[in-house]
Amino acid sequence: MSTVVWVPCDAAAVSVGADAVAEAFEAAGATVRRNGSRGMLWMEPLVEVETDHGRVGYAAVEPAEATAVLAGDLASTERCVGVVDEHPWLTRQHRVSFARVGVTEPTDIAAYREHGGLAGLQRALTLSAEEVVQEVTDSGLRGRGGAGFPAGIKWDTVRKAEADVKFVCCNADEGDSGTFADRMLIEGDPFTLIEGMAIAAVATGATEGFVYLRSEYPHAIRTLRRAIDIAYAHGVLGTSVLGSDHAFDLDVRVGAGAYICGEETSMLDSLEGKRGEVRAKPPIPALQGLFGRPTVVNNVLTLSAVPMVLADGGAAYAALGTGKSRGTQVFQLGGNVARGGIVEADFGIGLRELVEDFGGGTASGRPVKAVQVGGPLGAYLPPGKFDLPMDYEAFAEADAMVGHGGIVVFDDSMDAGAMARFAMEFCAKESCGKCTPCRVGSTRGVEVIDRIRAGTHREANLVLLEDLCATMTKGSLCAMGGLTPMPVRSALEHWPEDFGAPPGEAEAVADDIPESATSTDGGARP
Amino acid sequence: MPVLHEVVAVHGYVHDDDIPVIADVLNLSRADVLGVVGFYHDFRRTPPTTHRVSLCRAEACQARGAEATYAAAADRWSGSTEVEVGEVFCLGNCALGPAGMLDGSLHARLTPERLDALTEGWGR
Repeated sequence: MSTVVWVPCDAAAVSVGADAVAEAFEAAGATVRRNGSRGMLWMEPLVEVETDHGRVGYAAVEPAEATAVLAGDLASTERCVGVVDEHPWLTRQHRVSFARVGVTEPTDIAAYREHGGLAGLQRALTLSAEEVVQEVTDSGLRGRGGAGFPAGIKWDTVRKAEADVKFVCCNADEGDSGTFADRMLIEGDPFTLIEGMAIAAVATGATEGFVYLRSEYPHAIRTLRRAIDIAYAHGVLGTSVLGSDHAFDLDVRVGAGAYICGEETSMLDSLEGKRGEVRAKPPIPALQGLFGRPTVVNNVLTLSAVPMVLADGGAAYAALGTGKSRGTQVFQLGGNVARGGIVEADFGIGLRELVEDFGGGTASGRPVKAVQVGGPLGAYLPPGKFDLPMDYEAFAEADAMVGHGGIVVFDDSMDAGAMARFAMEFCAKESCGKCTPCRVGSTRGVEVIDRIRAGTHREANLVLLEDLCATMTKGSLCAMGGLTPMPVRSALEHWPEDFGAPPGEAEAVADDIPESATSTDGGARP
Repeated sequence: MPVLHEVVAVHGYVHDDDIPVIADVLNLSRADVLGVVGFYHDFRRTPPTTHRVSLCRAEACQARGAEATYAAAADRWSGSTEVEVGEVFCLGNCALGPAGMLDGSLHARLTPERLDALTEGWGR
């Protein structure tokens, strides 16, 4: 029998040539199997060769090296990383939601069962709806999309609501820069998400579900659609979920390149076929969501934590973590980082441990200047703040947010002023346009930051910027306008030197507004 | 939206003439359909070029020099009728940036040199 070789089919691995590597191994006579990615992205394509003592990994394999890897020529070089399951970068983590990602073939449902899959759904079907919700409440599971709302409370609201039909919607519109865990989970272990959604349906009495997946993720769309077909064929979905009298239908809806559709109410409008504009709350989606019906809206990672909660019990999940942040969080290291990828760990792990121990500092080798935690709407934090524990409340106290667990690293060449301007520019570009603070405030924000950086009436414009940030924070309908000031304020607080010359000199330099500081649409000036 | 995705998949873009047809089939007003088309970046209104380069300009890729790659690409193909250079915000490949899509396939670590190597023969 020929040697079995695992080559990841994850989009990140494919982006560095995994498909060609897989072809080369096949041509060299190996039996190639495609797994998800282990999340050690700097090593991709990470090829694993099955041996008597486990799956031995080889990092950054080129197609031309297939024969050499099979012959064992690279076994004593530093390219061989040993048995992958024993790699310290993985053994130091605590993988719960990501337990199977990178281990099994993503759409192999038999392997899914062998590795503990469907145990949660099976147990849920033996309990009453109320008991299932109680398990989720007891687990302390909070929404992983960023806001951290307790999942149990949301589910209970939907469960108690009376309606002809209820929905479960998974928000997989992972548009935040620096986040890729949703994508990797869907590409690497889609049945976990499907199982989590089926449990949510059983718990709330919902019969239909949608996954709203972004069009920028073509690999994930393909994998999830195939997995859903297989789940139907195996009776996990359909008129009788695992032989029970619960019916649950699930479908994928593809986004169309609008960042704002990651906000739950605009996602619902988009699912209804409309412009993805944010809705005013109340009514909350749990009572009047998709097509006006009670709807569970949860993020991919929230729903993917549910199978474990049900399989092992809410108390087991609640035993992990710290304070009011229970369980594990899937952190994503990206940007200018030496060892980027997925680190799933209990809440409470230090930011420094993630950035320095796991991440290994910057990819460029220069000093770390800042990290941005929680996506484009999260705060920029200097190394002085790296002792913060990853905990929703601790971050909120420090005027920052854990958000989705994305951590983007920047080296000392970063210009904090330019990043603050970009935050406003991005908000202006992607605002849905419904509320004024976000739609207009972001454009004015770009102009004000330009004037500050150009040294034009710097002091007055700093006051104006602060005022604008306060208006956006308090007056916006959703998190997009409400949180855009967070990266802006944090950048200004920690790196004022990146916002132009100190005040004294600036007033003398220019009273006139330079060309570069004015926007093309001619905004009002102070 | 699935209808519009299909139109773009088959014809490459949403033509003015498609809008009344879609409105009629879905029993919506033309304004409703136009409103949806205009809201989303993916529903393009002009015929696609032979090649398309979509480069990520979000924070994580900026941290690895995405702006230089974007500037080089925009400069190389400025005025080109063959190649269209577009920006996207996050392709979910944030640990291996700068990321980009070249005719629909995802690539990583796109320095201007690597981009040139991958697009050899795509004109200036």
